Amino acid sequence: MATVTEASTPHRGTDVITAAKEAAIAAGVMAVLALPLIGFILVDVAGGVTLRTRFGGVLTAAAIVFVGRFVIAMLRGRGAGPIAHLTGLVTRRVAGWGAGRFVGPALVGFAVVLPVLPFSDRYIIDLGTSVLIYVMLGWGLNVVVGLAGLLDLGYVAFYAVGAYSFALLALHFDLSFWACLPLAGVFAALFGIILGFPVLRLRGDYLAIVTLGFGEIIRIVLLNWQDFTGGPNGLSSIPRPSFFGAPIGRSAPEGQTPFHEFVAPVMEPIAALFGGEWGFDAIHRIVWLYYIILALALVTNVFTLRIRRLPVGRAWEALREDEIACRSLGINPTNTKLSAFAIGAMFAGFAGAFFSARQGFVSPESFTYIESAVILAIVVLGGMGSQIGVVVAAAFLILIPEFGRDFAQYRMLLFGLAMVLVMIWRPQGLVSGREPSVRLHAERR
Amino acid sequence: MQDAAHGALAPDAILTVDHLTMRFGGLTAVDDVSFSVRDRSITSIIGPNGAGKTTVFNCLTGFYKPTIGRLALRHGGAVHLLERMEGFRICKEARVARTFQNIRLFGAMTVLENLMVAQHNRLMVASGFSLLGLFGAASFRAAERAAIDKARFWLDRVGLTDRADWEAGNLPYGDQRRLEIARAMCTDPALLCLDEPAAGLNPRESASLNDLLRTIRDSHGIAVLLIEHDMSVVMEISDHIIVLDYGRKIASGSPENVRNDPAVIRAYLGEEEALPPEIAADLEGGR
Repeated sequence: MATVTEASTPHRGTDVITAAKEAAIAAGVMAVLALPLIGFILVDVAGGVTLRTRFGGVLTAAAIVFVGRFVIAMLRGRGAGPIAHLTGLVTRRVAGWGAGRFVGPALVGFAVVLPVLPFSDRYIIDLGTSVLIYVMLGWGLNVVVGLAGLLDLGYVAFYAVGAYSFALLALHFDLSFWACLPLAGVFAALFGIILGFPVLRLRGDYLAIVTLGFGEIIRIVLLNWQDFTGGPNGLSSIPRPSFFGAPIGRSAPEGQTPFHEFVAPVMEPIAALFGGEWGFDAIHRIVWLYYIILALALVTNVFTLRIRRLPVGRAWEALREDEIACRSLGINPTNTKLSAFAIGAMFAGFAGAFFSARQGFVSPESFTYIESAVILAIVVLGGMGSQIGVVVAAAFLILIPEFGRDFAQYRMLLFGLAMVLVMIWRPQGLVSGREPSVRLHAERR
Repeated sequence: MQDAAHGALAPDAILTVDHLTMRFGGLTAVDDVSFSVRDRSITSIIGPNGAGKTTVFNCLTGFYKPTIGRLALRHGGAVHLLERMEGFRICKEARVARTFQNIRLFGAMTVLENLMVAQHNRLMVASGFSLLGLFGAASFRAAERAAIDKARFWLDRVGLTDRADWEAGNLPYGDQRRLEIARAMCTDPALLCLDEPAAGLNPRESASLNDLLRTIRDSHGIAVLLIEHDMSVVMEISDHIIVLDYGRKIASGSPENVRNDPAVIRAYLGEEEALPPEIAADLEGGR
């Protein structure tokens, strides 16, 4: 024991020197990079443009990098680092609760009561709706990436297919949201199978590139097929989802009852109880949309949790682990992959239909590559295959830019920094740890 | 006598391989090899490294399409021509299961899950291609219980019941080898192909492997085809041995016959007097 302490004490000094060296190199790199980026600035002066220098800024940047790098190097010297230890402890706890046992129901309970909480206003509920869309997309993509291990960079294509399916069906055939929702899912699943066929033999990076291309193809077709999709102008005046047939609005079309009159027999006494009055309020629609996406997301969650425990779900995971072994066990890899693509795409289709119903307007601009990247980041940050991780990561990725609004132009910088930090501390994702789909022995706790 | 029973026309042969040839470009990995595997027997393929043993296996299990040859598997009154079947159908329909030289388990999944994946096709039908399963139909739950019972049976056989809920990737090497055999057995094979099952096992583990393979042959009536370097396994349990060298079959017969076959001794130990005496003497002197 004594020898160990003796051996580690002189080590401390060299640690500091090594850390300082590392930090100096990093600061040097930063200085070189910052010289053109920060060091020079073009200023518009009296009709001409002149070059000004900001060498102070370069020095500041280099100093920040030096200190940051030094601290990281010193922390690394102490094993995993205290922060990694702390986050690891927290997430192990979360995973240890079985995630669904305690945290899951608590989160669902919170989500259900959120619209009636005293601090909830239009903005909060809208934000909650956005988070839930991404939670749902994350759970859908989790089937493809987390379970089946197929890296899909073009997931937003299916979201787009769902959104345009609803928009076009509603505008041309006058179908309601509830009739279109399953159709949007079916169309998206069909596109999932269409994408699936050419990429059956591909894995990893190659698959990622093809799916990336597929995502762009869909977007560009939407952009250029003017007659059908409205091109860059998009499609507008998409009908909103009704409340069991009652449209939500100040007034309803001939022969229909608006929502606030439809529920008045129930709501008027309740409102009277609290000393209020029941009538039309613009927030009704926001709350209704919020509950629709909450229900859709929960359906996605239950479905994916159940299917994971079915033979097909186990086959997806087996395919991710070893495709050759799967074939030697008589599993048809073609069908298995296509089913993963189809089911992942189907949920993106549902989410897309909801998205266009919520916005009342769709254009190709909503379906750029960055959307795919954000959804993938949600799955990876959350911890591949983890349902609760997706929720945490979706909240994190959507809320950080929102709370960062005060920082204006540094908002995206903050976003990037947060992602880098999470990947340094928790490379396996915020909530990692796999729950077996079946157990032989009762779990010991 | 022994050889005659294993001829291409042997009536009790479950697998008949005729004129199997596999060429990769200019390289002939397997050259006109014919043999058969009797039902309820253990047949070993041995030979020096690079003799083409694993290539024969890969042709049998659909990973390669043979250049020439016929691979006929008979069971239950039907004949399956393996060389014409898609890879996964060889296990699903012809019921040939295999293990791999470099173990291929589903590492992040548990031991039990590995065995459940092996019963995929039956469970898939029972789950109504997931539709019944999603709604938790009683028939599916019964099928799943039966699958767990079968998995448990094989876990007991290979001594892994206590570790059923371990991640397969965390098992010790010897356990992984046994789990792979249990997984192959869960597919209900008619022919079990094992690629070096004793590689990396200690003598005690090899002995228990011998017992396991005998049980599979005797109690379950399944034919086993084996590639193995460990002669303590091969000589002890094989009913029939096929020796390959440079892609050709150089000998076959009972362990006793093969052990004394001059061609086999040459293949393993090299030609006697391969070097002219004066060069051999120089080499001796140089040391």
